[in-house]
Amino acid sequence: MITTAISDLAHGFEVIIYDPHAYFYLSINLLWCFIGVLIGNMVGVLPGMGPLATISILLPLTFGMKPVGAIVMLGAVMYGAQYGGAICSILLNLPCHPPHAVTCLDGFPMTKQGRGGVALGVTVMASFVGASWGITEMVFLSPVLVRIALQFGPAEICSLMLLGLLAGSTLARGSPLKGVAMTVLGLMIGIIGSDIETGAERFTFGLTELDDGVELIALALGLFGVAEFMNSVNQQAEINTKYSNVRLRDMRPTKEDLKRSFFPMWRGTIVGSLCSLIPGTGPTIASFVAYATEKKISRTPELFGTGMIEGVVCPEASTHSSVQGDFIPTMSLGIPGDAVMALLLGALMIQGIVPGPQLISQHPDVFWGLVASFWIGNIMLVLLNVPLIGIWVKLLTIPYKYLYSSAMFFVCIGVYAANNDMFQVGEVLVIGMLGYVLLRLGFHPAPILLGFVLGPRFEENFRRAMLISRGDIMVFLERPISAVFISLCVILIAGQIYVRMRGAKKPATTAPAGNVEQPLAAE
Amino acid sequence: MSSSNEPARSYGLSLNLLRKRDFYAGGLMILFGLVMAMHGPSYSLGTLMHMGPGFLPTALGVILIGLGIAIAMTAVGVPDGEDEDILPAQPQWFAWACILAAPVLFIVFGTYGGLAPATFTCVFVASLGDQKAGWIASIVLSTIITVFGVLLFHFVLQIPMPVLKFFEWSLL
Repeated sequence: MITTAISDLAHGFEVIIYDPHAYFYLSINLLWCFIGVLIGNMVGVLPGMGPLATISILLPLTFGMKPVGAIVMLGAVMYGAQYGGAICSILLNLPCHPPHAVTCLDGFPMTKQGRGGVALGVTVMASFVGASWGITEMVFLSPVLVRIALQFGPAEICSLMLLGLLAGSTLARGSPLKGVAMTVLGLMIGIIGSDIETGAERFTFGLTELDDGVELIALALGLFGVAEFMNSVNQQAEINTKYSNVRLRDMRPTKEDLKRSFFPMWRGTIVGSLCSLIPGTGPTIASFVAYATEKKISRTPELFGTGMIEGVVCPEASTHSSVQGDFIPTMSLGIPGDAVMALLLGALMIQGIVPGPQLISQHPDVFWGLVASFWIGNIMLVLLNVPLIGIWVKLLTIPYKYLYSSAMFFVCIGVYAANNDMFQVGEVLVIGMLGYVLLRLGFHPAPILLGFVLGPRFEENFRRAMLISRGDIMVFLERPISAVFISLCVILIAGQIYVRMRGAKKPATTAPAGNVEQPLAAE
Repeated sequence: MSSSNEPARSYGLSLNLLRKRDFYAGGLMILFGLVMAMHGPSYSLGTLMHMGPGFLPTALGVILIGLGIAIAMTAVGVPDGEDEDILPAQPQWFAWACILAAPVLFIVFGTYGGLAPATFTCVFVASLGDQKAGWIASIVLSTIITVFGVLLFHFVLQIPMPVLKFFEWSLL
């Protein structure tokens, strides 16, 4: 089992690095990986740009690429942005990326004490360790999961999807009720277009352009591009670059720093990998839990918030181990945990690859190539972040007015390029307006994407399960594995209600993380 | 006269509800749910065993109506939150109009003028939305993005949109 995984991984490295027909025998995938981490790191640093919008802008550009290159590049944007986001939090105290919001608490005080460079240095180290752990987990855990999942029938797949959707919508930010409503809305948007089985046109309102359904790119760019820009235009905080003069020399941690950050780093890594195993808990929750744990364990909890190196290392390690771990259910089961993973899954589907447990055996190049690229990409990121830190710090000063207006062009041309059709640009406009209204009404639109991507497969499997069971809805409870998933759903809902009831009685103790809620609210 | 600052509080539950953000949030969900649930059955529901194309939309519509009611209900009996306004503290009507006008101009100029004018107007108008935007900076930015965009999308990625066209005549 272990030897097969390692030989498969070696095959992955071969896919990424070696190409007998290319110059110097270096594969083009290496270049895509590099471009991905470079762009990812850049948007991570830039306040006001997120990996979601970036991946959706890049998505149409990958249509001409081979599936391996496409998914390697888009995945690289995701984890590259995590490295960049830490810079933004530590040096500017701007929680522009939710997973790094909690890093501000101790990262910025360190910067004020002139130890910002050290904070960045140990962050890069912790990130690499966290990511490596996540990747190792993916190498050994995915084949096991696949072996189990290959025995699933339509009923099991259906209940698993239900669990994924529920977890993704209730455990994310904001009110769980609103999260579920957004998922249902996403499922509905997924219904628009021709029915897979009968070909009936549903909710197209007579527009033939909608026969193929709403374009994934248009939906993503409308919600995370246009709506986000409307939300943050002229709302940008003054950027204070007084402390952000960091040179390579400043990044070297002392022996004391290394000693203090060693155990928090591993604790963070473990917390992150545990969080990634629970569907729906992404890097944001992982980093908050890690910070709270570290504070509880520490002998000097009262010093947290004043520039404790433990408070930087632990959440950063957990973010990275969770980001890499999130790829496990996405790639091996076809169930994405959050919106970014849903988008990556959509990218695979556009390339003609059906996600699900059969992916690893049918497209070993894609899966193992992706895993190998994680390692290569993370090494690239360490190299990019340590010597080139000065350039990233300079990027922080780019004003938002240049960013969002250029991004608007990439949004327009991106959706146009998807089908060479102007109708989709109009689609972005409408979805963007809807997205902004939803944002203002207190909804977080990320679960829409989750529902949208899973919707058609959910419907297909639901119908098939009902056909096999001859219309008996109890099939979901009679099959044991499916029953486990359904009961997990019930536990999830009951838990949410319990937390809410308890929270209503004594509101002071609702949040286990206490004061770390603050930066997220500001964001 | 001092009471005019807080008119809704004294009018009891019904008016108080109208100030709640969740009330409108739930209302919007109910509206979407109604559209689906009313329209769904027209695509034939089928039976549980042989589901028709209308089954899932109808079911989802009903679920969404339920969720909408639940969301709206949470607005009742809960004290006002910190931010109950649907519009932000400083509505940016001009900036929003600029951002939304950008894709519209891209469609119009892209259809009748080609890639270069579409890019230029899109970036230029979008950048005007920022309060700190200057004319010259916007023009310089739009020009840079136009040159970059044409190089990348027309020459490298070969998107089938002419760089410049005027009715029948087109360049490149």
